Amino acid sequence: MGDEWRWDVAWAAARKIAAVVPVTIAATVLGFVVAAAAGLAWTIARRSRSALVRGAVEAAMEFVRRTPLLVQLLFLYVAFPRLSVFAIGVIGLGLHYGAYLSEVYRAGIEAVDRGQWEAARALNFSRQKTWTRIILPQAIPPIVPMMGNYLIVLFKETPLLFAINVTEMMAVAKQFGSETFRYLEAFTVVGVFFFLMSYPASLVVRWLEARFGRAG
Amino acid sequence: MAGAPAIVDANRALQDRARAREDAAVRRPIVRFRGVKKAFGAMTVLEGIDLDLYPGEKVVVIGPSGSGKTTLARMLMTLETPSGGEIEVDGEPLFTMVRRGRRVPADERHLARVRGKIGMVFQHFNLFPHMTVLRNVTEALIHVRRIPPEEARRRTMAMLERVGMAEHADKYPAQLSGGQKQRVAIARALVMEPKVMLFDEPTSALDPELVGEVLAVIKEIAAKGDMAMLLITHEMQFAREIADRIVFIDGGKIVEQGPPEEVLLRPKSERLKAFLARFRNGMGLR
Repeated sequence: MGDEWRWDVAWAAARKIAAVVPVTIAATVLGFVVAAAAGLAWTIARRSRSALVRGAVEAAMEFVRRTPLLVQLLFLYVAFPRLSVFAIGVIGLGLHYGAYLSEVYRAGIEAVDRGQWEAARALNFSRQKTWTRIILPQAIPPIVPMMGNYLIVLFKETPLLFAINVTEMMAVAKQFGSETFRYLEAFTVVGVFFFLMSYPASLVVRWLEARFGRAG
Repeated sequence: MAGAPAIVDANRALQDRARAREDAAVRRPIVRFRGVKKAFGAMTVLEGIDLDLYPGEKVVVIGPSGSGKTTLARMLMTLETPSGGEIEVDGEPLFTMVRRGRRVPADERHLARVRGKIGMVFQHFNLFPHMTVLRNVTEALIHVRRIPPEEARRRTMAMLERVGMAEHADKYPAQLSGGQKQRVAIARALVMEPKVMLFDEPTSALDPELVGEVLAVIKEIAAKGDMAMLLITHEMQFAREIADRIVFIDGGKIVEQGPPEEVLLRPKSERLKAFLARFRNGMGLR
């Protein structure tokens, strides 16, 4: 490179990139919602009485966690050509992080005293009500900070969506660079934007940690 | 005239038979353990328990720690599954059911229906920490028994009144003493109107000065109603006052049983003598 830093270019890049910040945020939030739901469903399925269900879920999760997110995104991209690239991005991020969040849920659930399950059984709560009214309300609050950490990690992984042609910050920066030959400013702006959003988020997580404490 | 005594006799015989039937109905056990065994892996905890519990009867189970008494209660509550034998509740097997003329392992629906007749108070209370006292008690009424919230609340307050906890209805379990927690747990089980109540060492986890209030509540409950009670306790004085019958379990077997005076004051077996002697020396008390 060796080029000198130019503030005017940086501002121009910032304006363009700022326009797609909502895309990154939407992908993050929706991806996390999918992850939270999938993670919970997997966690409960992993405790199924059927060994077949347990085994299948365990294997699927192992596969998701042992393969790169980028490969998974590209696979979904070619496997589901009818879905929008944004939807594929959300699903890919959601399934990948769902596998990690499942571990977090598990930690929260295992931290609930065995006596709670027994009391629920003695009072004849159905399986579903035992989960929704007794176990999860106790298992979730302590893991909120950990979930928050994963939200930030997921957020920082959204540039991968650029590989499947989602127009997010990284894609816009790349395009800006190719048009102006000024990649330095473009990529720096992306980094600054990520920092400006993830640092306050990390402060929130720290506050949550103080409020709810850590799980297990 | 010659036939009259025969008629009288026949009448009497009929009446006797009717009475016997009535007695049999009344005296049908509400809970029946028949040859119940339990092993955890290689360790046998209970080896063949036969025990009947009649409606309204208060049976206290005593025995050394690890003798299997808690397992007995936990199996009746379906928290454990017997390794052998059969438990009947209200004349119906608990762990098996009939499907298409064949006896098969009970499904969740069968277990839930039979389990609804049984309530349990745990050593460690097991209150729901994320709910107020009031909600701890109303929760199952509303979500299991499907009683309208207003009515559930009314019954709950009446029950909390009975255990002396009404003024704490809006507190959380963490704000209560152990004795108060246990009284709430008793109210929570009782409000479901079980036919059989199990108390698994209800005062063992309490500070000594809090034991009395819990025992007083249990005594009050025992004095009223036709609910059968199975109590596991190390409180011998309490056992003597409350029990219709005391069962001594040791080494996974019922060693001796009978009326409290009989069992506690005139023990026959050496093992029971030794067990009671430990209490007299103030040891074995926890």
